[in-house]
Amino acid sequence: MLKGFLRLQSPLRSTLSLRKVSPRNQHLGIALRYSTATAGGVFEINLDRRKLKTPGGKLFTAPNEALAIAVATEWDAQRDTLKFYTMHLTTLCNTALDNPTERNKDQMINASLKFLETDTVCYRVEEPPALVELQKNEWDPVLHWIENRYNVNIGSSSSILGPDIPEATKDTFRQHLNSYNFWSLTGLEYVITQLKSVVLTMGIIDRHLSVEQAVLLSRLEEEYQIRRWGNVEWAHDYDMYELRARTAAGALFVHLTSESSTVKRKLLQD
Amino acid sequence: MAALSSPLRVCRGIMKELRAIQGPSYKKSLAYSYVMDQFRKNKVTGERYCRAQQEAHHDAHTYLCLLASTRNHLILHNLYHGKGERSPEEVAGLVGLRLPTQPGGKGWEK
Repeated sequence: MLKGFLRLQSPLRSTLSLRKVSPRNQHLGIALRYSTATAGGVFEINLDRRKLKTPGGKLFTAPNEALAIAVATEWDAQRDTLKFYTMHLTTLCNTALDNPTERNKDQMINASLKFLETDTVCYRVEEPPALVELQKNEWDPVLHWIENRYNVNIGSSSSILGPDIPEATKDTFRQHLNSYNFWSLTGLEYVITQLKSVVLTMGIIDRHLSVEQAVLLSRLEEEYQIRRWGNVEWAHDYDMYELRARTAAGALFVHLTSESSTVKRKLLQD
Repeated sequence: MAALSSPLRVCRGIMKELRAIQGPSYKKSLAYSYVMDQFRKNKVTGERYCRAQQEAHHDAHTYLCLLASTRNHLILHNLYHGKGERSPEEVAGLVGLRLPTQPGGKGWEK
């Protein structure tokens, strides 16, 4: 798969460049750079012979090939104008690299856990009864799943203050979130903010839900109203696709930055 | 609860999206080769329930969702929100008026 040429830039670094000719005259490629300082390779993106930089001025580096390819594909999808609001993975990488709000892991974890107190899935209405029923049928299974998976108590509530989350639950989640690295946490916090729910986010990350399902559950009341009063494409569909895109980008970002995979070949013995 | 569509459909879906992005030469793109590579690697597994395979399937489904929803979002954006502002001539034309023309140009215009 590595059709390219080896380019020695300096005694310390060597670059393998994958060049792809695109239909437009923009050459897009990703390059793997090994440096003696870092343990593995980082991936850079070259646009038209210039290296991609973050808004903060740093060199854009992705920790693995899959993420770099996905970001390069986002850039490739741009035509006459750059529409940054469609380049979600790029934005996430830039945020992780620049850290413009200069937060550390603990601050991000605290911000994420704040959403637990008003988690969408726990915040129930009392009327109309059809919506109450819908919330019970759709949200209770997810709540049960996460309570079993993490051995915590969350519960739902229809009071205006939301459910009372015990400290032990928060500690469990805090510990779990702490096991993710900074990049993955950036993605996690992003998804939590988009879906307004920690429960649904963990559902996607643990692969219990698909992105479409989680978005549907997050927008349950809106979907109920749409079914009742009708769909308005330029608002409802627009919001839904935007939420799906952002959530999918965040989820993919978390998965790509938190896993490493190896291929083990087993010899078939007959 | 994770009833995802079959890997074949996901793969075809991603190919369609990549073709929409990159045009007829999408097979030469980095994304295409990487995705195909991943699908091939995860196709054969010795386990009956292979976690890596399930994870790869979910990730592929997520990527398909990302590509499809960004494309649809952009389409809707251009359809409903992409027109921008009207020029002064058009605004005047809305109520049936025309802007006055001043042969020497207005005082402050260059």
